[in-house]
Amino acid sequence: MSRQRHDGLEDPVRFIDERASAAPLMRKAMRYLFPDHWSFLLGEIALYAFIVLVVTGVYLALFYVPSTAQSVYNGTYAPLRGTMMSDAYKSVLQLSLEHKAGLLLRQTHHWAADLFLVAIVMHLMRVFFTGAFRRPRELTWIIGVTMLGAALLEGFLGYSLVDDLLSGMGIAIAYGVGLSLPIIGGPLMLAIFGAPFPGKPEFFGRMYIAHVFLLPAVLAALIGAHLALIAARHHTQFRESKRTTNTRMVGAPLFPAQVPRSMGLMFLVAGILFLFGGLVQINPIWQWGPFHPYLGENGAQPDWYLGWLIGALRLTPSFDVTVGHYTLIPNPFWGGALFPLIVLGVLAGWPFIERRFSGDRAVHNIAERPRDAPNRTAFGVAFLTWVFLIFAFGAADRIFVLAGLSYDTQLYIFRIGIWVVPLALFVLVRRVCRQLQAADAVQAIQEQAEEEAEQETQRPQPVLRSTRSEPTA
Amino acid sequence: MRPWHWVLGLLALVARRLRRRGGETPGTAPGVPAGSERGGDGDTPEPIVPAGSPERGAENVVLGLLGLACVFAIGFVVVYAAFDVAALPNELLGICLGGSLVCIGAALAVVAKRLVVTEELEEEYPQANPEQQREVLEIVHESGSRITRKRLLVGAGLATGGALSAAALTPTLSLGPIWDTGPLDQTPWGRGVRVVDESGRPMAAADIRQRTFYTGFPEGASTELIGAPVVIIRVDPAKLELPANRHGWAPGGILAFSKICTHAGCAVALYRKPLFPVLEPNNALVCPCHYSTFDPYTGGTVIYGPAGRPLPQLPLMVDDAGALRAAGNFSGRVGPAWWAARERPT
Repeated sequence: MSRQRHDGLEDPVRFIDERASAAPLMRKAMRYLFPDHWSFLLGEIALYAFIVLVVTGVYLALFYVPSTAQSVYNGTYAPLRGTMMSDAYKSVLQLSLEHKAGLLLRQTHHWAADLFLVAIVMHLMRVFFTGAFRRPRELTWIIGVTMLGAALLEGFLGYSLVDDLLSGMGIAIAYGVGLSLPIIGGPLMLAIFGAPFPGKPEFFGRMYIAHVFLLPAVLAALIGAHLALIAARHHTQFRESKRTTNTRMVGAPLFPAQVPRSMGLMFLVAGILFLFGGLVQINPIWQWGPFHPYLGENGAQPDWYLGWLIGALRLTPSFDVTVGHYTLIPNPFWGGALFPLIVLGVLAGWPFIERRFSGDRAVHNIAERPRDAPNRTAFGVAFLTWVFLIFAFGAADRIFVLAGLSYDTQLYIFRIGIWVVPLALFVLVRRVCRQLQAADAVQAIQEQAEEEAEQETQRPQPVLRSTRSEPTA
Repeated sequence: MRPWHWVLGLLALVARRLRRRGGETPGTAPGVPAGSERGGDGDTPEPIVPAGSPERGAENVVLGLLGLACVFAIGFVVVYAAFDVAALPNELLGICLGGSLVCIGAALAVVAKRLVVTEELEEEYPQANPEQQREVLEIVHESGSRITRKRLLVGAGLATGGALSAAALTPTLSLGPIWDTGPLDQTPWGRGVRVVDESGRPMAAADIRQRTFYTGFPEGASTELIGAPVVIIRVDPAKLELPANRHGWAPGGILAFSKICTHAGCAVALYRKPLFPVLEPNNALVCPCHYSTFDPYTGGTVIYGPAGRPLPQLPLMVDDAGALRAAGNFSGRVGPAWWAARERPT
């Protein structure tokens, strides 16, 4: 019997193992390997932003009142005193201005939502451009894209609950887009809103339960499934050393190496979000005033992650598809419903679309460099550019104010640009990838030749020396 | 009671304790009893985690960062308690809480980089399990050896599942008037309804001036209904080019249109001056959401932006007292378009 350390850990470990038989699992989990690359932390940032969202959100939920009942404001913010407003808006005003630390938590929550989606999109791009979604990780990818969709909806509901002027305009647009769904639009919106816009008072309760319970539960379940699938199949890894192969991974274990790294990242993400929440103003709702259906404001912009939809709605030319006196497909359908469905659909289906073109059904544990898959990289760049240009047009009115380029001129530039620029980029990126590949191949041949030459020079003739300065072992 | 005295006292305590720690002889790290080093017995098993050399400098950095995190966290409580709601600086709260979390994160980063043993291990990737796959199928197939009418039973099961799902989903029909889409087409306007402003006062035709716009509501109805608000403007009657069937809808050049954009339902809240007077001589009604632009002179036709339908016009008349009244209902459906939207409201 070898001597053991006595530092107070034996008892809890024995207790847990005897009751849960957990020691084998703990032993295995502690030595679970993580390949070491910074880009593999993007998904973790999303996870930690989600945790900050849940914690701050629970706090906000203790103060928020999901009601559109109207009453006169008599709070501390003088410019709005005497204004009719909903209890929802009033409760968020009070939470921001009359409860200690309420503003900090609300602003941190808002920043965390923006970061959550930034991290998801960056993570998605990393996985896409390195081919990490390929067999056997297609399910992980589809769950990820589903989470992106759920997170977009969750974010939209979050800022809609405030019921300030901007958020009310957002709900009006969502109602218009919902109505535009062919055939089911009218009944569906009447079911959700309970009555024509702005809907029954119950509607805010419905949004609230969706925002604080249904969608977070869906997201948490999907996060769990996403992580379980990763654990089952392990991370992909870049071919960084000769030891790394398609069947063998090299990495650092969960414990002790990965735990302080991940926990450190979590605290840094949370800390930076709270610094932003304290120092950088976001959505000063008291400036927008209460929403009423008959009010609107110029220069309104949604949170960044919905900018692509406002851009698409604005780019669509003026037409409804009509049959006689009936509207078959109203205009907002194209930009507000079909466009995001196409984008999310193409993303979700990409592993299978790519397989159809490449015929590649093999198991891949090695993450590719983007240049090694020129078609995928070119398509990805073109697709993202397409979405980004439409997103950028969502800010055309701001560009007009800032740079003086007329909205009308921009409209025509973008209507052509969103098709021409991605196509040109597709051709260009594919060519660049192939040239980089060729350069790599030349370099590999050169290195191999040098290695062989070095090995030869080592033995019989010490006269010839390699040009490389490093000493040969 | 001054909170800063507490903070200073605490800092002094921490500093003294740190100094005493520093004076201890190295090697006897607190927490680990002496004699626990490996190699006590003859047959030492290979360690799972290889041993590394101590890093007292990094430990000190971690201790310092955790101390700082404590100070920030306590600072948060102090700031919260010391200030009145109105004077509470949000920035200070954020710096305290965020600073504390960032310090903990930095401490953990130092632990990860400098204090824990760094290992680079290898492992085979998990593979598919064809043997178990086969056994799973075998168990399923062999379990049904007593069943003779498999298809019928599966069909019956599916049918039951479908029926029960339909039953479970039925209560969602109570969410709203799903089958009765009539409310989507209704407006509170009709012949004779008086036009009032936001506070309920009747609007007199004589008060409506050119080059500005007013928001009117039907008397006695909620201002929050989508069919209620109208935008009212006055233009030069000589310039009007309304459709022939709208004769008399604009007494004295006063026009009323639904204020809800026919594109996506925002309020048409902008009244635009002509940008290029030669090309477009008239003012226009603009929705700020997606810049659908409607020409009031021609009866609300779309002249720019994504809207697919004209803005519905409300016929007006002036009563004996000089107040504005609706002379009927809108020229078309109010609000965003949807399947089965007819041109005239019911």
